[in-house]
Amino acid sequence: MTRFNAWNVLKNGFINQTGWQRQWRDPVLKKEYDVVIVGAGLHGLATAYYLAKNHKINNIAVLEKGWLGGGNAGRNTTIVRSNYMMPGNHEFYEHSLKLWENLSHELNYNVMFSQRAHVNLFHSPAARDSNARRYNTMLLHNTDAEFWNLKKLKKTIPHLNYGPNARFPIMGAAVQKRAGTARHDAVAWGYARAADSLGVDIIQNCEVNGFVRRANNIDIIETSRGQIKAKKVGFAVAGNTSRLWQMAGLDSLPIESHKLQAFVTEPLKPILDQVVVFGVGGAHFYISQSDKGGLVFGGDLDWYKSYAQRGNLPIVQDVAEAALSILPCLGRVRLLRHWSGIMDMTMDGSFFICKTPIDNLYLNAGWNYGGFKTTPASGWHFADLIANNRPNKIINNHDLKRFEKGVNIDERGAGPDPKLHG
Amino acid sequence: MIRIKCPYCGDRDHSEFTYGGDGSIVYPELDASVEDWTNAIFFRKNIYGIQTETWQHVHGCRLWLKIKRSTITHEIESIEPAHKEIIKMVKNK
Amino acid sequence: MTAKRLITGGLIDRSKKLQFFWDNKKYFGYQGDTLASALLVNNIKIIGRSFKYHRPRGIMSAGVEESGALVTIGKNEYRDPNVRATTQELYDGLNAFSQNAFPNAKFDLGAINNLFNRFFAAGFYYKTFMGIPPFEWGKGTKIWMFYENFIRKAAGMGSASKKPDPDKYEHMNDYCDVIIVGSGPAGIAAALEAASNKLDVILVEQDSDLGGSYLSEDSKNLKNKISDLKNAGVRILLRTTVFGLYDSGVAGLLERVSDHKAVKSKYEPRQRFWTVRSRHTIVATGAFERHIAFGNNDLPGIMSASSVDIYLNRFSILAGKKIVVCTNNDSAYSTAIKLANSGAEVKLIDARSSVGSVLTENALNSGVFVKMNAAPFQARGYTEINKIDLAESEGNRWNNTGSEECDLLAISGGWSPTVHLLSHRGIRPKWNEENACFVADDHSEPITLAGSAAGYWNSEDCINSGKSAGIKVAHLFGKEKSSYSLPNIGGWNNPIKPVYEVRVSGKQTKSFIDFQHDVTCDDIRLAHREGFVSVEHLKRYTTLGMANDQGKMGNVIGIALMAEALGKKISEVGTTTFRPPFTPVSLGALAGRNTFQHFRALRRSPLHDWNLSHGAVMIEAGLWQRPWYFPQNNETLSDAYIRETATTRKSVGICDVTSLGKIAIQGPDSTELLNRIYTNPFAKLPIGKARYGIMLRDDGIVMDDGTSWRLSENEYFMTTSTAQAARVIAWLEELLQIRWTDLKVHVTSVSEQWCGISVAGPMSRECISKCLKSPEIISNENLPFMGVVETNLKQDIPCRIARISFSGEMAFEIYVPSDYANEMMEMIWIETEKVGGCLYGLEALGALRIEKGHVTGAELDGRVTIDDAGLGKMASTKKSYIGSAMRTRGVLSDVNREQLVGIFPKNKNATFDAGSIICKPSELKGFGVGRITSVTHSPELGHWIGLGFISGGYNLWKDKTVIATDPVRNKNVEVEIVIPHMFDPQGERMHG
Repeated sequence: MTRFNAWNVLKNGFINQTGWQRQWRDPVLKKEYDVVIVGAGLHGLATAYYLAKNHKINNIAVLEKGWLGGGNAGRNTTIVRSNYMMPGNHEFYEHSLKLWENLSHELNYNVMFSQRAHVNLFHSPAARDSNARRYNTMLLHNTDAEFWNLKKLKKTIPHLNYGPNARFPIMGAAVQKRAGTARHDAVAWGYARAADSLGVDIIQNCEVNGFVRRANNIDIIETSRGQIKAKKVGFAVAGNTSRLWQMAGLDSLPIESHKLQAFVTEPLKPILDQVVVFGVGGAHFYISQSDKGGLVFGGDLDWYKSYAQRGNLPIVQDVAEAALSILPCLGRVRLLRHWSGIMDMTMDGSFFICKTPIDNLYLNAGWNYGGFKTTPASGWHFADLIANNRPNKIINNHDLKRFEKGVNIDERGAGPDPKLHG
Repeated sequence: MIRIKCPYCGDRDHSEFTYGGDGSIVYPELDASVEDWTNAIFFRKNIYGIQTETWQHVHGCRLWLKIKRSTITHEIESIEPAHKEIIKMVKNK
Repeated sequence: MTAKRLITGGLIDRSKKLQFFWDNKKYFGYQGDTLASALLVNNIKIIGRSFKYHRPRGIMSAGVEESGALVTIGKNEYRDPNVRATTQELYDGLNAFSQNAFPNAKFDLGAINNLFNRFFAAGFYYKTFMGIPPFEWGKGTKIWMFYENFIRKAAGMGSASKKPDPDKYEHMNDYCDVIIVGSGPAGIAAALEAASNKLDVILVEQDSDLGGSYLSEDSKNLKNKISDLKNAGVRILLRTTVFGLYDSGVAGLLERVSDHKAVKSKYEPRQRFWTVRSRHTIVATGAFERHIAFGNNDLPGIMSASSVDIYLNRFSILAGKKIVVCTNNDSAYSTAIKLANSGAEVKLIDARSSVGSVLTENALNSGVFVKMNAAPFQARGYTEINKIDLAESEGNRWNNTGSEECDLLAISGGWSPTVHLLSHRGIRPKWNEENACFVADDHSEPITLAGSAAGYWNSEDCINSGKSAGIKVAHLFGKEKSSYSLPNIGGWNNPIKPVYEVRVSGKQTKSFIDFQHDVTCDDIRLAHREGFVSVEHLKRYTTLGMANDQGKMGNVIGIALMAEALGKKISEVGTTTFRPPFTPVSLGALAGRNTFQHFRALRRSPLHDWNLSHGAVMIEAGLWQRPWYFPQNNETLSDAYIRETATTRKSVGICDVTSLGKIAIQGPDSTELLNRIYTNPFAKLPIGKARYGIMLRDDGIVMDDGTSWRLSENEYFMTTSTAQAARVIAWLEELLQIRWTDLKVHVTSVSEQWCGISVAGPMSRECISKCLKSPEIISNENLPFMGVVETNLKQDIPCRIARISFSGEMAFEIYVPSDYANEMMEMIWIETEKVGGCLYGLEALGALRIEKGHVTGAELDGRVTIDDAGLGKMASTKKSYIGSAMRTRGVLSDVNREQLVGIFPKNKNATFDAGSIICKPSELKGFGVGRITSVTHSPELGHWIGLGFISGGYNLWKDKTVIATDPVRNKNVEVEIVIPHMFDPQGERMHG
C-alpha cells in the first residue's frame, strides 16, 4: 500500500496519479469470521481497526447494507469535544479526544482534526455556574477548560451579537481549546483503509436479513450475499439499532430513533474560526466553518420520532433564527443544503457499549447527538469489550441494566424522554 | 411540515403540537414492581413503520391525541383524542 | 468572443439605459438585462475564478445552474457574495465585483495553482499536510493546523461581511389547492386548466417574468396567456423559487422582493419566505441542458447552446461572430439557425452519424454549415476560446479530425429533467436509457410532473402534459369528469446520442465536469481506482456536485464516467440525492423577523413596568425577565441584595413572584389527582389550607416542587416553579387524558390570569392588613401558617392569600387577577414603605432561601432524588404515587449518595462560587466528593454561605475541612459542611 505523504503526492503528480491503489479492497465474503461487525459506519470501522490492531484479531468482517460511511458518518456537523461531566462519560470522551489528536498519524490519513476551540456561550449567572461545574470537572481530570469573560470573547469573536438588541445578552463563555472539528468522511475512509490494510474484510452492499440462533448464541448471519458463521457479533448501526435488535429475536431497547437536521451554507472566505454554541431560552444552536468555507450548523431534533432521512421546515426556520440572533452578519449568507440523519436517542442521553442477552452478541448504540466525536474511543472500547468479553472500568455502567440499577449518567438531567437529550 | 388534523381544531401544522411518545405503552399500577416500571418507561419497541403515538395540541385545544403515523414517511393514518370520553364529545361536536 | 446587441428584438427596454459597475468600472446595459447579459454584451469575459485551480470562468449559462459567473453584489454590510450573474437582474447603479481572485478575476495571482494542478488531484489533501514533509513526520495536530490556516484563506468563494445585515425579511403563510412550480408552456397550461376547474392555484416562477421557454420564443402568444391566467384567478408569484418540498404537501418558497431594485421602499423587505400548504403540487420546472466533457471545456466563450439562444432572443445579444455549435440531439438546430439568421457564421457539429433530412436541410438553408459524426475534444485559447479541436467517432473511440476557429462554442450534451423537488420527497430519479436522462420514478406523493421536467422534449407535448396535469388534479378533487391522456415521454425526431466525454487516446487534456470545484474526468477515474465507486463516495471524494450549483451542471457526466469505469450501466450506478434548497436561500429570509429582541417571546409580569419604575434591574430567567435587585443610591448588586435580605428579615420585603406557574385544578377527583402526583399525603388537606408538595418523574427523580391550596371541596390552586410551569401542566393533562381517564378533574393553566407577590418579614401581616377590607381575616388565629383565604383588598379587589414562606419569615403570597396588579402593588407598597420595608429581587430571594436551605432548580437538576434533597420525610410510605416505585431502585438508595448540605467558609471572610467541586484536601482531582449549587452572602450570619451536595451527607463530613475547588475561576477555598438549614433551623420565625 502506497503510504500517504507529500513525497508520494509529488511523485504521483508526475505519473498521472497512477501510483495509488484502492484505499480498501472489495473482498469476497468468507464463510466464517472470528468477529462480524454489522455496520460500516464510523464506529463499526473503528471497532474493526482496533480489534485488529490492539487485539491482533485478523479474521474480521464489517458488513454494510449500503456504502461505508453512508449513514451519520457523513451527516454530522463534525464537532469534537470532551466537555462531559458524568462519571464514565468524561473519561470516555476525553480518551476519545486524546485519540483524535494523533488520529491522522495513526491512520496515515489526514482527517483534518483542527483544534479550533469550542466556545459555549452563557447568558446568565445560573448558566455560568452550571457550566462551572462541568468545566471544573474537566480541569480536575486534567482536561483543558477555561472561562472567557466578555472582554476576551469580544476580542476573539468580535462579530457575535453583544449589542443592546440581543434577546439574551452574552455574559461569557466556557471554552475548550483542544476541541474542534474534523473532516467526517475522511475519518470513515481513514479507518476503512487502515482496517483493510490489517486484513479486515469490509463488505459493502451486504445487508443483514436475519440471524440463526443456537442455544444462547448467534450461530449464523443471513445476509443478502449469503450465510456467514461468526464467533462473535457486534452491532454498530446507530439509527437502526432497534430494527437489528429485533431481527436478532430481542425485544425492546432504551432507544428511540429521532432525526436531526444539519445545514451548510455556500462557501465563504474565513468568517468564523471557532465552534460556537448558543443555548438559551429553549434554543440550541452550534456553528463552525469548514475548511472548504461553508458554515456548518445545526440545532434541535425535529421533535418527533422518525426514520426518514429528511427534515421539515420548523427546525430550518429555528436554526436560521438562532444563527442570526448570535451572528447577525449571516443574514445575507445563503443556505446551500440541508439534510438529516437518524439518531439513536436514549433514555438518559448516554450511550451503550455492552454485552447483551445473547452470549456472543455485543452492542454499540445510543449515541444521541454525539456519535462523531466518540468514534475513536467507541471503536477502542467496543473492541476491548468484544476481545475480552468484559466491560472495562470506564464503560462499566454503559449497559442496558443501568436504568433498573438506578445508575445516573444523564448529562442534561432530562430524564426518560429521548427527544430531550439533544 | 407534517399537517395534523386535530379532531377539535382542524388541520394544523405539527409545530403547534408536541410529540409525546410511544402511545402503546401500558403504564403499570403505581405500586407495581421496579421491573415493570423499568420496562414501561425506559424500553421501547421503536417501531419502524406505522406506530401509535401520542401528541398534544399544546398551542391549541391542549387535547392529547393518539395518532397512527408512519415513522418512515411521516404519513398519518388516523387521529383520535386519547381520552375515550373526549372521542365521543368530539364526534358530537 | 465578441458579443453585440442587435438593433431590434428581445425583451429588453432600449429606452431605459442602466449604468452599473463591474470591479468599480462603469458600464451600461438596459432594463430587462441580467447582470450576465450586461457583462456579456460589454465583452467582459472573465467573470470569476474556479475554486481550486483559479482557472478563468466566464458565463456558461443563462439560469440557476450557472457555476462559472459567480460574483459579489454590493458593498460593505450590503455585500452579497456568490450571486449568480445569470439570475441577478440589472438595476441602475448596481455594483458587482469579481471574487475568489486577487487582485481581480482578470489577473489573478491564485492562477499559479493551475500550474501545479497535476499535484492537486481529487482528494490529495487527505494524503498530506499531516506532518513535516516529505514523510509527514511528527505528531498531533499542530502541523496540519499550520497548513490549514493557508488552505482556509485560499478556500471559500465570496467574502461575507462581518457587520450585521441591515435588511429586513418577512414570513408569509398561505394555502391553496394546487401549487404549480414553473411558468413555462407546461406550467401555464396546467394553471389554466386547474383554475378553469375552480381550483385555487398558485403559480410560482423564479424568473422576473412568466413564460419560461416562451420568453425566448413567441412574446405575443405569451401576453395572451398571461392575461388568461390573471382572468382565471391564478395567483402568481414572480421572482419566487420553490426551494423545497416537505411533508404533507408543504412547500418552502423564497420571494426576492427587492433584490432587483435600485431603490427600494422603506417598508419593503428584501426577501420573503413563504410556507405554502397545498393539496397538490405540479412540478413544471423544465430541464437543464448538459455540457460535454472535453479538454479545456471550461474556457470562457464556451456556453450551453440554450443559453446562447436565450441571450439572442430574450436579451437580443449575438454572443459571437464565428460560432461553433456542438450537439448530440435535435434541440441545438433551431439555435444554430437563429444565430445564422442574426448574422453569425455558424458551424453545427453533430455527434450523431445521421439525422433526418428535415433538420439538416433547414440548417443548410439558413447558411449553417453542418458536420455530422463529430464532437469537440479540446478547446484552444488562453483566457478565452479561439479554436476547437474536433474528433470523429469510430465505434467507441474518438479520433482527431481537425479543428474549427471560433469565438463562441455552444454545447448541447442532452437534457436533464429538473427533478430536484421530487428528490426532496425521497422519490429517486431513475435512468431512462432511450432519452439518456434521469426521470422521476413512480411514486405515491401528491405531486404531478409536467413538461420537460417529466421528459417531454417538444413544446406541443409539454403543453399537453401540462393540461393533463391540470385535469388530473381536478379529477383528484372531484371537480371534473373529462378525461385526459398523456403522450409518451421523449419526443425527439431523431434519437439523442449519449456523449459525456470526448477523449482522444494519447492526448492529455483537462476535461471538467464540475466547473466551480475543478473536478475533472481524470478525478473520476482516480476515484474509481482508489475504490470510491459508489456515487456518494464519488461525490464526497472528488467534491463533484458539492459546489454552489449542487451538481446541476455536472452530476450526470460524473455518473456516466463512473459507470463507464465500472463497466456498468448508468441505471446500475444511480444518482446522489438532491437535498433542499433547490437554489441557495438566505438565512435572513428563513429567520424573518424572529431575530434580535424578537428571537424568543419575552415574558413579563403585569408588574414589569411598576418594577422598572421602582428601580428594578432585570435579569433573564428562562423566557421571563424578573427583577434582579432594586439598587438605591448607586448600590452594586451585592450592596443591594444584602440590604434587601436584611430589611426583609428585619421588617418586610415584597417580591414579584408572578412567573410561578399557576394551575386551577377542579373537579370531584382533584384530591385524588394531587394525592397521586405529590409524594406527600394530600388526601386530608382541609379546605382553607395549603401544602408544600414534591412531584417526581416516572423514574422517581424529582421533577418539581410547589404548593397546592385547597379552595373548596373540589378546587385547588397549584403553584409550580417558574422553570417547570409548562412541563407540569402538560404532564397533568397527559396523566388525565391518557393514564387516568377515570378521574374527573379539569386542569387549566391560570398563570397569566393571576399576578402574585410574596410579602415576607416580621411586619408583613401588618402591611397587608392595612390593605384588606377585613384586616382581621389574616390574623394569626384566622390565618395560621399554611392557611389560605379568598378575600378582598380595599377597592373591592378580589385576592387569594396564603401564609406560606420561602424566605423563612412570616410571609404571605397574595394573588390578584392580573388587571389589578398595579393597584395591589401600589397599595401594599405604600404600607411597606411606611415601616421601612423594601422591594426585593431574585438575588435576595436566593439569599433568603439559601439561608433556610430551601432548594430550587439549581439543586433539583433532574438527577436528584427526594432523599438527596434532604426531603425524604416528605416521601410517604403509606401511599403510592408517581415515582414511588422507582425512587429507591438500585443505587438510588445508596447511603453514600450526594446529599444536600449547607456550606460555610472556614475563613469567614472568604467567598466561593456555585459550580465549585468539593474535594478532600488531599485529593483535588477527579469528580471530587461533592459540589456547590448555590451561594450567597448571609447578612444574618455575617459571612458567605452555600448549598450543595456531598457524598454521604452532613453526618459523614461534619467538623471536617474540605476544599471548594473552582479551577475554572482559579479559586480554592477551605469550607466546612453544615446542615442545610443555616438560619432559624426550627422555623420559629415563620410560625411566629
